[in-house]
Amino acid sequence: MKSLAELQAIRNRMIDQVSMRKDDSIDTRVVVGMATCGIAAGARPVMLEFVEEIKRRGLENVTVSQTGCIGMCRLEPMVEITVKDQEKVTYIHMSPEKVARVVAEHIVNGRPVEEYTIGYQG
Amino acid sequence: MMRELADNIMDIAQNSISAGASLTEVHVTVSHEEDRITFVFRDNGCGMSEEMVRSVMEPFTTSRKTRKVGLGLPLLRQTAEMTGGSISVESTVGVGTVVTAAFGLTHIDRPPMGDVAGAFFSLVMMNPDTDFLFTFDYDGKDFTFDTRIIRETVAPLPLNQMEIASWIKDCLSTEINELHGGNFS
Repeated sequence: MKSLAELQAIRNRMIDQVSMRKDDSIDTRVVVGMATCGIAAGARPVMLEFVEEIKRRGLENVTVSQTGCIGMCRLEPMVEITVKDQEKVTYIHMSPEKVARVVAEHIVNGRPVEEYTIGYQG
Repeated sequence: MMRELADNIMDIAQNSISAGASLTEVHVTVSHEEDRITFVFRDNGCGMSEEMVRSVMEPFTTSRKTRKVGLGLPLLRQTAEMTGGSISVESTVGVGTVVTAAFGLTHIDRPPMGDVAGAFFSLVMMNPDTDFLFTFDYDGKDFTFDTRIIRETVAPLPLNQMEIASWIKDCLSTEINELHGGNFS
C-alpha cells in the first residue's frame, strides 16, 4: 500500500478541523441508486463524479451515499438530493456530464435542475 | 449484461454487505498464462441454506421482500459462461459465502475489465463502516488493500471523510495501474 505515513499525516491534519466542526454541519445528502439496475445503467461513474466535484469545490457539508433499487429501473441512474430542509429532489437518467451542473445549481445555489428531474415534462 | 467486469464486482460485493458481513473480501486474478480472469468474493455474512444456494442463480430468486427479482448472480453467470468460464457458489449458514467466477481472458465476448480501482473505492465509500480486503494479482505481481489497516491509521475519522477518501482513491488507482502498467482493459 501507498505510504501509510502520508495517510497518518492527513489524519493528524484533519482531526483538528473536524473536531472544530459541529456534528450537525451535514445539511445536504446525495443518494445514488446502486442496486444491480443502477450499476448496470452506469451509476458508478456518476457517483465517482459527485465525489470528485464535491471535493473540487471543497463542500464539507455534503455526504454521498447509496440506496438499493426503488422499483423504477428504467429511469436509472437515479440520484436523490436533499438540501437542508427542502423537499427531496429525484434526478433520473443521470450521467457524469450532468453532475457539475447539478452540484453548482442545486447543491451550491439551492435551485434544482428541473429538466433532469423525474417530474419534468419536456 | 454489465458493461464492465468492474460493475459486476460492485454488484456482487454488495450482496455480502446485505448479508451483514463485517469483512468482505474481493480477490481479482489476471493470468495470461492460464488465459483466465478470476474473481473470488468471500464474506462472513449470514450465509445461505443449501436450497437457497441451489436456486440463487435463477433470476427470480431474491431475499428481498419488496419484489421478486434478483439479477446480480445470473448476470455474472451469463458473462462467465459466455466467455468460456464458470461460476460457483459455496455457502454455510452462520459462516459466510464464497462466490467464484472465471472468465476467458482473451475470449472475444469478454467485456472490458473497466475501472476496478473505482469499483473498490465505491464499495469503501458507500459502506464506510464495514471492512474490505481487496487483492489484485496480475500475472504474479500483486497488490493488497485492507481497510482494517486504514481504519486503524485514521481512527477516529471515518473512511469516507473527504481527504481520507481521496487518499484511498489515489492509492487504489496508482497501485492497480502500476501492476499492469495501464495496458490492460
